[in-house]
Amino acid sequence: MSRYISFRDFDWVLLLFVLIICGLGVMEIHSATEHTKFAGSHIRQVYWIAGGVGAMFLMSFISYQKLLDGVHWMYIACITALLSVMVFGQKYLGARRWVKLPGGNHFQPSEWVKLILILAVAKYFAEMQNRELSWTDFMKAGALVGVPMLMVLAQPDLGTALTYFPIAVMGLFLGGLSWRQAGAVVLVGALLMPVALHVLKPYQRERLTSFMSPEADAQGSGYQVNQSKIAIGSGGIWGSRNGSQTHLDFLPVPQTDFIFAAFAEEHGFVGALGLLLLYFVVLVRLTQNAQTAPDRAGTFVVMGVVAVLSFHILVNVGMVVGFMPVTGIPLPLMSYGGSSVLFMFLALGMVMNVRMRRFVN
Amino acid sequence: MYGRDEKVSTTRLTAVQYGVLGIFLILAYGLWRLQVSQSDSYASLAEKNRTRDVPILAPRGRILDRNGRTIVDNYPSYTALLLRDSSRDLNADADLIAQGLHMEVKEVRERVHRMASMPQYEPIYLKDDITPDELAFIEAHRNELPELDTIMAHRRLYPKGGFMAHLIGYVGEVSEDMLNQPQWEFYNPGDVVGKSGVELEYNSVLMGKNGSRQVLVNSHGKEVGQLAEIPAEAGKPLRLTVDIDLQIAAEQALEGRNGAVVAMDPRTGEILAMVSRPTFDPNDFAVRVSKDQWTKLVTDADHPLLNKAIQAQLAPGSVFKIIMATAGMQEGIAEDMHVICNGGAVFYGRYFKCWVVAEHRTHGLVDISKAIYQSCDVFFYTLAEKLGIERIAKYATMFGLGQKTGIDLPQEASGLMPSEEWKLKNYRQKWFAGETISVGIGQGAVAATPIQLARAIGAISSGGQLVRPHVAFPNELPANVVPASTVPERVDVPIDPKNWEIITDAMADVVNPGGTAALSHLQGIDFAGKTGSAQTISNALKAKMGAAGKTQFKDNGWFAGVEPRRNPEIVVCVLLEEGEHGYLAARAAAQVIRAYVEEKQRAQPKLAGEKKRVEVGAVWATPDEELKAGKFVVDVGKPREMATGVR
Repeated sequence: MSRYISFRDFDWVLLLFVLIICGLGVMEIHSATEHTKFAGSHIRQVYWIAGGVGAMFLMSFISYQKLLDGVHWMYIACITALLSVMVFGQKYLGARRWVKLPGGNHFQPSEWVKLILILAVAKYFAEMQNRELSWTDFMKAGALVGVPMLMVLAQPDLGTALTYFPIAVMGLFLGGLSWRQAGAVVLVGALLMPVALHVLKPYQRERLTSFMSPEADAQGSGYQVNQSKIAIGSGGIWGSRNGSQTHLDFLPVPQTDFIFAAFAEEHGFVGALGLLLLYFVVLVRLTQNAQTAPDRAGTFVVMGVVAVLSFHILVNVGMVVGFMPVTGIPLPLMSYGGSSVLFMFLALGMVMNVRMRRFVN
Repeated sequence: MYGRDEKVSTTRLTAVQYGVLGIFLILAYGLWRLQVSQSDSYASLAEKNRTRDVPILAPRGRILDRNGRTIVDNYPSYTALLLRDSSRDLNADADLIAQGLHMEVKEVRERVHRMASMPQYEPIYLKDDITPDELAFIEAHRNELPELDTIMAHRRLYPKGGFMAHLIGYVGEVSEDMLNQPQWEFYNPGDVVGKSGVELEYNSVLMGKNGSRQVLVNSHGKEVGQLAEIPAEAGKPLRLTVDIDLQIAAEQALEGRNGAVVAMDPRTGEILAMVSRPTFDPNDFAVRVSKDQWTKLVTDADHPLLNKAIQAQLAPGSVFKIIMATAGMQEGIAEDMHVICNGGAVFYGRYFKCWVVAEHRTHGLVDISKAIYQSCDVFFYTLAEKLGIERIAKYATMFGLGQKTGIDLPQEASGLMPSEEWKLKNYRQKWFAGETISVGIGQGAVAATPIQLARAIGAISSGGQLVRPHVAFPNELPANVVPASTVPERVDVPIDPKNWEIITDAMADVVNPGGTAALSHLQGIDFAGKTGSAQTISNALKAKMGAAGKTQFKDNGWFAGVEPRRNPEIVVCVLLEEGEHGYLAARAAAQVIRAYVEEKQRAQPKLAGEKKRVEVGAVWATPDEELKAGKFVVDVGKPREMATGVR
């Protein structure tokens, strides 16, 4: 096996589109926070992006196959970290999501679990010998994702827990899930829905009900979605230059979860559609990389990233246009925040990793 | 090579791509729906979000007396409020806030709690009309308590102690009931409008037009810019016909008693003073009247909110005899009529007493003059019998009894002048001739208001010039505001000059030795009038109730007086509730008349030196001395630092 790896094989096109999106994000963060106490966030975001690009290059050098070899240790580390959060976690706003590290840093493991899960799921399905997915395999794969998911759910952090879900779905689908099985799963899921609603915390239920009718409680929990819709709608086709919803503070957290609404208000339908197109190009490019992967595991890794990225876009943009409940999921590559940016670039690093080894055999 | 040697199904990868495409189409549809198809409605919602119309409150016009001295002014009043956009823990700060604003901590917390479900941009109102030291507290704690703020509004500053309260009235927020009435249809909820008195009658003059500012606000309701401004139009000042000096004299004359005083210029109908007792302090209403306070005012047996000068409808008693005398003279009956008063007489089988028997006297031989200055009941019983109710009613109605005088004040009472027709209509009964006898001395069903009596006596003293009373100068009002009245401005009721002379001379004798109000004689002043004591219940009923009835149902004392006796410049009508005797009312009226004359002399300083100073025979102090003693000096209050010219 040749181990020759060249930067020529790096997906520069993908990186270009990713950086364009990041650039738009930085611009929007600047515009949205200009006269607030968050002013200067865009500079910090640039540092995070620079750090992310560096991390991406590092990630691409360590062979994903090596990573897959050690993935069970990483998985165990994940579970341990989540357990330690449950035991030693810092309670903040009613949820235990962080552990305090010596030196005063906070560590939120649930974000990194996603990366490990992508690898773990990829390894599981790549090594699965049956062409058809058996119920045993189904249960095993489900448990692989389900255990950390339930632990995160218990923190409680519904939003992050939900982002694990598409990894499992993508794995099962590509791993040979039959239509019959899919139907059965949907049916059981539908039957379990009332139980799930019962388990939800009151604030989570409130978010769901306010999603159903945001106007009913325009100043309470439906406020965010309402203001977001007003922001997007008032942008019109070409955007509104003054962007009053964003700049007069009506739009909540316009630099993080609602950055798409802020962007859509300022740049209108044309700008927002263009942004969606950029994301679509990135996803298509990722899928191409999945097809050219050197082995089955590589495909699963890249498609895991596709699953997480598209799920984030669906839930975040769906939320700001009022199609989805408020879950607190950021828009990847655009929303302000270190862990979100780092995660995306590490995930892209894994994709590059797979791509650079496409001619390996 | 990792995993089994088989590529992942291309079909499924393609399916994933279509799935992703589907997601993006759905999201694009979501955008299209908001930004293209419903863009306009969202744009207007955004507009509504960021702009707010802030009213600029127009200050209400001042109310001035006839000489331009300020009676009612405005003062800037601050309301303390809590803004909720600052990230302060309001409950934690409650202690300090309560201390600084002199409130209960519990009350502060309660207000915060009550507003918890309201939108964040709505401030919490803590305290109205805060004092200067509370304002200083807020200013001094801008940094520690950034959530504490104030807003300023002009509030009405009325004279203290209920001075002139009934005439002025008070303001309040327009009620829902009022808004449903056509004359208030152009007002908005929250508008502060006049609720009674002049404030109500001339609301459209006094009330300015609020302006507004369209401002740019952020999500916390904080103003970040201004888009447009329509300035407020201040209300116009209103000059009243009232003279503050005379008003002070009238207020003093009634001090400590219940009743009313009205002073009018019978030549023009200008009201010079108007008092009603007991009174209330409209300043209590200017901020917010508490429910207890209101209940107390409306349930008080002495009706402090009633303007008795125009709303008390009572038997006029002997004051009515002037109308009787005029009727009798004009009909040619009274002039040569002589009656012997033995303390009573029998009419229609019933014995009617003259008041004089209570003093163990009789009037003896009585003619019209003596009947007036001695107020002989028997004479007027006889005259009433001769005139009959229809002729009495005709003259009383001609002089304005039983109908509104048309004064420009709200809710004037019309009084009652009985007649055969009235009785038939209201009781489905024939008029009993015996009832006419009681009417002859102003008892029975006759009911008059002090303003009606002032107007009638003023008219008779003026030789029949019946004028419509008013408190504002009609020619100073905007054309569309001049109150429409069915009462003509001036009516000439013909009185024979000879009769006029006899009646007015007899009225002058009322305050001369031998008259019923001899003690109220004013040396050097041509003072004339007529006393009256009207029973509140019949003598028979009083006797039945024994001692309790005597104190509980004392007679009302009346006096209507003029100066000078013919073609007077001023007519004063005094009602003393439970005053027992007319001569007490006469004293009060004399005080007002004397104040009027003295003021007139002061106003002509060159002449005053030549004229002899008015000797005051009565025991009353001069108004100046009482003023110095602090009574009725209108204290505008140091803390508010407003200069009103009231003195």
